[in-house]
Amino acid sequence: MLAAIGVPSVEALFDRQIPEAVRLRRPLELPAGMGEQDVFAHLRALAARNVSAEDELSFLGAGMYDHYVPALIDMLMERSEFLTPYTPYQPEISQGGLQVMFEYQTAISELTALPVANASVYEGPSAVAAAGYLAKLHNGGKRFVLSAGLHPHSIETLRTYAHGYGMEVVEVPLRDGVTDLDAWTRAIDGDTPSGAYPEGHTLKGAGRQVSAAIFAQPNFYGAVEDAAALSAAAKSGSAPRDGAAGAGTVNAPVVIAQVDPITLGILAPPGECGVDVAVGEGQPLGNRLDFGGPSFGFFAAREEYLRRMPGRIAGETKDVDGRRGFVLTLQTREQHIRREKATSNICTAQALNALACVVYLTWLGRQGIVELGELLLARTHYARETLSALDGVEPLHTQPVIREFAVRIDADVAAVKRRCAAEGVNPGVDLQAITGREEDRGGLLVAITEQRSRADIDRLTEVLGAAIAATDQRSASKMVAA
Amino acid sequence: MTPVTELELPLQRERARTIFEKGATGRRAFISPRLDVPEVDAEELLPKRFRRGEPPRLPEVSEPEIVRHYVGLSKRNFDLDSGFYPLGSCTMKHNPRLHERVAALPGHARLHPLQDPERAQGALELMWNLQQALAEISGLPHVSLQPSAGSHGELAGVLLTRAYHEAKGEHRHKVLTPDTSHGTNPATVTMAGLEVVKLATNPDGGVDLDDLRAKADADVACLMLTNPNTLGLFDQNIQEIAAIVHGVGATLYYDGANLNAVMGLSRPGDMGFDIVHFNLHKSFTQPHGGGGPGSGPIAVSDRIAPFLPRPLVVRRDDGASGPRPGRRGSPTFDLDYGRAGSESKSIGRLRGFQGNYGCFVRSYAYICSLGGDGLKDASETAVLNANYLLARLKEKSVAEYLPLAYPPARGAGGSLCMHEFVLSGGPMKRELQIKTLDLAKRLLDFGFHPPTVYFPLLVEEALMIEPTETETKETLDAFADAIAEILKEAETDGPEVAQNAPYTTPVRRLDEVAAAKHPVIRQAL
Amino acid sequence: MAEANYPAELLYHPEHDWARVEDDLATLGITWYAQDALGEVVFFEPPAVGTMLAKDEPYAEVESVKAVSDVLAPLSGEIVEVNEALADDPGAINVDPYGEGWLVKIRLTDPPERDALLDAAAYSATLGG
Repeated sequence: MLAAIGVPSVEALFDRQIPEAVRLRRPLELPAGMGEQDVFAHLRALAARNVSAEDELSFLGAGMYDHYVPALIDMLMERSEFLTPYTPYQPEISQGGLQVMFEYQTAISELTALPVANASVYEGPSAVAAAGYLAKLHNGGKRFVLSAGLHPHSIETLRTYAHGYGMEVVEVPLRDGVTDLDAWTRAIDGDTPSGAYPEGHTLKGAGRQVSAAIFAQPNFYGAVEDAAALSAAAKSGSAPRDGAAGAGTVNAPVVIAQVDPITLGILAPPGECGVDVAVGEGQPLGNRLDFGGPSFGFFAAREEYLRRMPGRIAGETKDVDGRRGFVLTLQTREQHIRREKATSNICTAQALNALACVVYLTWLGRQGIVELGELLLARTHYARETLSALDGVEPLHTQPVIREFAVRIDADVAAVKRRCAAEGVNPGVDLQAITGREEDRGGLLVAITEQRSRADIDRLTEVLGAAIAATDQRSASKMVAA
Repeated sequence: MTPVTELELPLQRERARTIFEKGATGRRAFISPRLDVPEVDAEELLPKRFRRGEPPRLPEVSEPEIVRHYVGLSKRNFDLDSGFYPLGSCTMKHNPRLHERVAALPGHARLHPLQDPERAQGALELMWNLQQALAEISGLPHVSLQPSAGSHGELAGVLLTRAYHEAKGEHRHKVLTPDTSHGTNPATVTMAGLEVVKLATNPDGGVDLDDLRAKADADVACLMLTNPNTLGLFDQNIQEIAAIVHGVGATLYYDGANLNAVMGLSRPGDMGFDIVHFNLHKSFTQPHGGGGPGSGPIAVSDRIAPFLPRPLVVRRDDGASGPRPGRRGSPTFDLDYGRAGSESKSIGRLRGFQGNYGCFVRSYAYICSLGGDGLKDASETAVLNANYLLARLKEKSVAEYLPLAYPPARGAGGSLCMHEFVLSGGPMKRELQIKTLDLAKRLLDFGFHPPTVYFPLLVEEALMIEPTETETKETLDAFADAIAEILKEAETDGPEVAQNAPYTTPVRRLDEVAAAKHPVIRQAL
Repeated sequence: MAEANYPAELLYHPEHDWARVEDDLATLGITWYAQDALGEVVFFEPPAVGTMLAKDEPYAEVESVKAVSDVLAPLSGEIVEVNEALADDPGAINVDPYGEGWLVKIRLTDPPERDALLDAAAYSATLGG
């Protein structure tokens, strides 16, 4: 090979192309390579130091959930033909992948009751930020109004992106566990909303230029929001159209909802509640926990936003012989043709994770997604009832919940969790630790999946009750001693 | 080879039907677990006004139907396990199956992202070790694994640069990028609120230094570059470029798409870069999955470190700090969220949780398997393979139709490239009347995935070829033979054969214009 | 349209836009060169009647399968009519860029601006060999 190239050695290939001053002349300081067996042993040893849902009875949620993933998904995701190809740039030999995208887009459109959906984006919170960018491109507005019921990671991600593309962010508080409708309406109409402005943000000038109004459904605290009312309030009382020259025209704000997809068998879908763009974390649909990723974000919208949607889209067409086929379409919107005018910089779809999603939805089927929803609804209700009956536990709110709920416990949450852990139970997410809100002190977010049976919930009640009592006693005895 | 046009192959005969067009009412795969809690009035559980009226129109199919449908679809896909995939800038190297086995271990796969750090020490240590390895490979000490993909890492890089300048009280608006750059770069810059300024390429294929000097001023925040660049060439002037950019107080950002050429041979940190992003799905074998998932960690210099996204994975050696004191002497790994609120310099979060851990597991397994010597070996072989393929193509008188785009022939032994090279199909178009697109479509009939086409935009009828270290000499020879045969076919039989290719794929050339004019992006029901 | 063609009665902007001026009205479009570079046009959405255009500023986009291009206003004015037929047949821009493929009609606000535009010969010259 070297003879064909015309160089004396492999070294020469680099000597002739890399200036000596930037040439690394020492070995990389990394552990020596190992054979497969030893690598496996090392990775297994690391796995053994993690307490997974396999090792404890887990009620952790807050965006990712321990749902049952059927075996056929594992099998399909490991097939070479789905696992190893690249983005379908040559559609003639990528009809499998393209048709999967088309089917996935159809499934998401059905679930959300919105007509257009893309082939997926990275995950939930960045999908919210991408939807915000779409709104900004659409109407040139200056501000996002968002509900404090959004996932804290979505809020923080949106703030990071918004700082980048120059938008103000205003947060509307909750009341009784759901978005305060009066405060929401006022914030969108441009008056000073009641509630907190975190981190010294202030409204710059009078400005009726709300680009998007964003809420979560169900919200982070598990409560079902009145989505139709929130959407209507965003559209109706909003600023009049600014009819002068071109730029800066503001229409009604784009209504964006971050939705938990597993609830859409029984919960009114965003498309029927006046929502313009529905996004969300797709992990519950056939994807693993994987310590937070990879998963996918879904993105669906009304027809008029089709040409502003970020990410990949698969479209139907015909070949030269009239056969039905699929291609990546509307690619001019993406990064690689429009470059600086692109609707986003996303150049991948989470194709493999979207495959798991569409297979999962197909496996659940039209009846199954309803049955699953009803099961979650009933068990979550039962869990909230039984936990709330414990001493020292009260619900944070009494709104309808579907698969997750929040309680306040009368003891130090971290200490209670440690006691539960010793009994092999993880009772849920420490609310204040993730939201940072003072009013969430003592809060616990409890998630129910179809893998948590009544017996499991009863065990949770037993263990949590004992842990709270023991923690109370410890603090009580400390106080006496002091 | 005579193209088969009258006879339909079985896969071509099989018409596409979506899963939504299959099944029948009442069929199902899922059996719900039993309702084991007391029944409650439906209205009390969830009031009617919040309920969905009609269920979503998902398919009603049995498990065997699902399996047959999706396995059937898989057979309409070409993939890396099945054949050569020389996509320039994509680094289609082999995906070891060990990685799937370790990623599936429940301790990794069923670990919840909000598990308490002290009960996820295996995961945090894995992330820490991966960070250390990436720091060593790049020559930049501070790593965040958070970004979801290469373009996400780029956004992080531009936001970091902005934050760095803002902390000094400066508001710079421009980002320089060469006209050979990957399309993601300009889109990223716009999303970060800055403006793209393009730099010219010199006849040797590198950054035009005069143009750089003219455009580098105090309003420039950053220069975004990849080295070797998208032409497969290592910019000899990289140190001068770094000096000019740093001289005006701007940062230098490295797009890691082409890292496969230089692992263990040269480090972006040593070249003068401040921020590097990695594509774990390129050099580090995270399978491409048909387009995703990927992962785009970043490494930065000391001066950029304060602005990194949060949380960061940290190691506390005394074991005494951290969420819970560990045994003395054993490191505790933790997620550090840094200072709260306005005291924090971090740019904040770019996504939920801590990144694509499933990708970290696979990439980490790869790095453990290869070690430092193995990574260097991989890069050496990647560059060797690319140069060999280039030489074979030149020998087979392919070069008169598909000459190397940059640079013009230099020195004894002709032109060299790094891990990829770009040919121009301009002469082929003019003399044989077949375009790069036609060549690519005809290659499909030969069982190869075509190289990247029409990129970089700078090159007429571009064909970008990256073989990677995975391929054997025999495969490279076969590919060179195929290209030569297609050109010969055009010479002797005329351009129509290639212009109407492919013939043997499940569908033939598709009407992309119709798809864009009248988009149909879901199954009608 | 198969062959390059630049009608003599039109005025041209160097960024490949043309104007047909009749009294204080002008019809605008993109030239043969622009449609050839773009390839088959798949989408064009005009701005609303009443929108004010400023000379040299982009006022719309023309989209093909492979690219999107800004359309620049060669003259300043207010849109009085848009070509609605392009919604169903954007390909008219390729087939008849100076006739059926017209984009918008404006009422000029600064007629002397026309003196800055090129005639057919001068515009062709900018296109080179």
